[in-house]
Amino acid sequence: MIKKEMIAMLLAGGQGSRLGILTADVAKPAVSFGGKYRIIDFPLSNCINSGVDTVGVLTQYQPLRLNTHIGIGIPWDLDRNVGGVSILPPYEKSTSSEWYTGTANAIFQNMRFMELYNPEYVLILGGDHIYKMDYEVMLDFHKASKADVTLATIPVPVEEANRFGVVITDEHKQIQEFEEKPEHPRSNLASMGIYIFSWSVLREALLKLKDQPSCDFGKHIIPYCHEQGKRIFAYEYNGYWKDVGTLCSYWQANMELIDLIPVFNLYEEFWKIYTKNELVSPQFVAEEAIIDKAIIGEASEIYGEVHNCVIGSGVYIAPGAVVKDSIIMSSASIGQNTVVDRAIIAEKAQVGNNCILGTGEDIPNRVKPDVYSFGLVTIGEDSIVPDNVRIGKNTAISGETVISDYPDGVLASGETLIKAGEKI
Amino acid sequence: MRAIGIVLAGGNSNKMRELSNKRAVAAMPIAGGYRSIDFVLSSMSNSHIQKVAVFTQYNAKSLNEHLNSSKWWDFGRKQGGLYVFTPTTTPKNSYWYRGTADAIAQNLDFLKNSHEPYVVIASGDGIYKLDYSKVLEYHIAKKSDFTVVTADVGGRDDPSRFGVIKTDADGRVTDFEEKPISAESTQVSTGIYIVRRRQLIELIEKAIDEERYDFVKDIVIRYKGVKRIYAYPIDLYWSNISSVESYFRTNMDFLDGKIRNYFFKEYPNVYSKVEDLPPAKYNWGSYVKNSLVSSGCIINGNVEHSVLFKKVYVGNNCSIKNSIILNDVYIGDNTHIENCIVESRDTIRANTNYVGEDGRIKIVIEKNERYAI
Repeated sequence: MIKKEMIAMLLAGGQGSRLGILTADVAKPAVSFGGKYRIIDFPLSNCINSGVDTVGVLTQYQPLRLNTHIGIGIPWDLDRNVGGVSILPPYEKSTSSEWYTGTANAIFQNMRFMELYNPEYVLILGGDHIYKMDYEVMLDFHKASKADVTLATIPVPVEEANRFGVVITDEHKQIQEFEEKPEHPRSNLASMGIYIFSWSVLREALLKLKDQPSCDFGKHIIPYCHEQGKRIFAYEYNGYWKDVGTLCSYWQANMELIDLIPVFNLYEEFWKIYTKNELVSPQFVAEEAIIDKAIIGEASEIYGEVHNCVIGSGVYIAPGAVVKDSIIMSSASIGQNTVVDRAIIAEKAQVGNNCILGTGEDIPNRVKPDVYSFGLVTIGEDSIVPDNVRIGKNTAISGETVISDYPDGVLASGETLIKAGEKI
Repeated sequence: MRAIGIVLAGGNSNKMRELSNKRAVAAMPIAGGYRSIDFVLSSMSNSHIQKVAVFTQYNAKSLNEHLNSSKWWDFGRKQGGLYVFTPTTTPKNSYWYRGTADAIAQNLDFLKNSHEPYVVIASGDGIYKLDYSKVLEYHIAKKSDFTVVTADVGGRDDPSRFGVIKTDADGRVTDFEEKPISAESTQVSTGIYIVRRRQLIELIEKAIDEERYDFVKDIVIRYKGVKRIYAYPIDLYWSNISSVESYFRTNMDFLDGKIRNYFFKEYPNVYSKVEDLPPAKYNWGSYVKNSLVSSGCIINGNVEHSVLFKKVYVGNNCSIKNSIILNDVYIGDNTHIENCIVESRDTIRANTNYVGEDGRIKIVIEKNERYAI
């Protein structure tokens, strides 16, 4: 009989609407990060580096990119005879059929997948953080504490603790109380949304709460286990852990990678991050190019100026272009003499010649001031920006735009230009 | 395609000077991210040749490491596969491969147990893209016994280090001279041949009986008057890297956008082993002009008209000019390198000066303790 000590369930079905047009066509875990990676590469690489070789990836929102990226798991060595990676979309059942209505509900609907591997422990992961973590160490802690449930937690500054779910523990790290976004936090240990469950405890809780609408780990399963007197422990993690849930935090996390010695170092031999990449050809830096601080992916061709940028694979930056403080994702291109300042330009987007991006006043976005902020220009995947336009700050552009979409050749600060109607 | 592939990658070349101390020519790193053998293997894979044998002998450690999985070139299939044949002793034979024909002879079962009617034979030191099925069409149309793919190296390389070929108007080979003292033509053999499998088995068996062991000299050239040998000219990029000068020039060729585009952007692709390296990193103070930079590099200094292979670290205030830095090299601060090939895994101390003088490429081999990066 198949026996896996611990399997992982990776929740990758969320949209991540605070990333705006970046997640118009792809689920958040499939958004690129750090030039050549995608966000989901980090938990997947953590799994294989921790010796977890059986991973269920639960998909729901816009799964195409995730499916093609993960495939049969070859880049992460997750193509296994027994185990490996399985993509788990919602499915139709004879009695009912429903979408995944909550994080725990999604896991519940895949009960049979988990039973197949007869695990002792189940690791629950999200697909929206950048970090390197050894889940095996966390499992050791779980075992040593004789815990039923272990939450990964990270110390956060007390003044920020009110943005998180914090836990209050005793001296053995056993959790006494939970506080969700407390006004006056009594602890600075924030939950990272990473759980290890002893399988019998998880199974019992999922079955008990199967009729709970939108059943969620944080809101229902953990409180239920707490009520039942289960032993819940907090594993303290002290490494780099970065939420990339908003355009601002996404931009910052990318920019941190280009520091002289980044806090999150991709250049260490140990704990490699794996990703699917077909391109192995080198990048070309032309005679007229100037690059002073950047990371640049494979097969990119740089003819213009690049200052403080994260540039993906297969990017083209034309002669005379000046790109500053920006993220240019794979296969995007920037036209001649175009100036780009603080922008996020998604995959395969084409920006024309003689444009200016990120100019003018810092006016909040009219439609979604909380999404498109921080002065950023955000250009969606496959979008086209015509020649000779000026684009302001806190703007978003998606679709194949033409010059007539820009009155007087200008998209003022705070405006949003979404061409294809369904893309929001 | 109705052919199997044989890649002859066992050879050494003294024209590679110190570079061949480390590895077989077929394992030489090319254009930042590749190895020489990737080009022939990718062309075979892209021509739908499914079963390929690589013969290795000389200094094969790097090569075997590179070929540790067949999946990079998509050969890991139930039908076919990638076979690596190194010499082994058997009750019947205790020799190394005494030549290319002997290498094939010692593994003749590979040919006998295949059912594909044709064999494509190629070497591991050519840089090109070729659809072998086009060559096979030509081979069949000409009712040829041997088809040899030829290239014109006029003005670019010295023909006398190749097999020099002359043909008649129909393309039939009238003269084939291996490494002549003075070449009368600039058309040379690329080391790529197509031959019918049964014919090859027959000729190899005969050659071994006569104690002849070289495929080109003892089979192709020896039979040139008897068999129909045709030349298939390759008119796109082809380069052989088996000398330091041509190796250097071939790598520098990739600074040309047209050549880069041809190999890396146009379909079909060239495949290589994926190493999961992070993007290249340019720190404050880096100054890079007209250069190729591969993943995993960290650059702090000046790099001009050079090719940096994977995982090269360039220290502060360095100046790298007209040079090739192979994989995993650490270059300490204030170092000047010009007209050099720096051997892989070198660690070069700070304040070092290496310059290749009088148009001669200097090969730098320096194995220091690598201190903290």
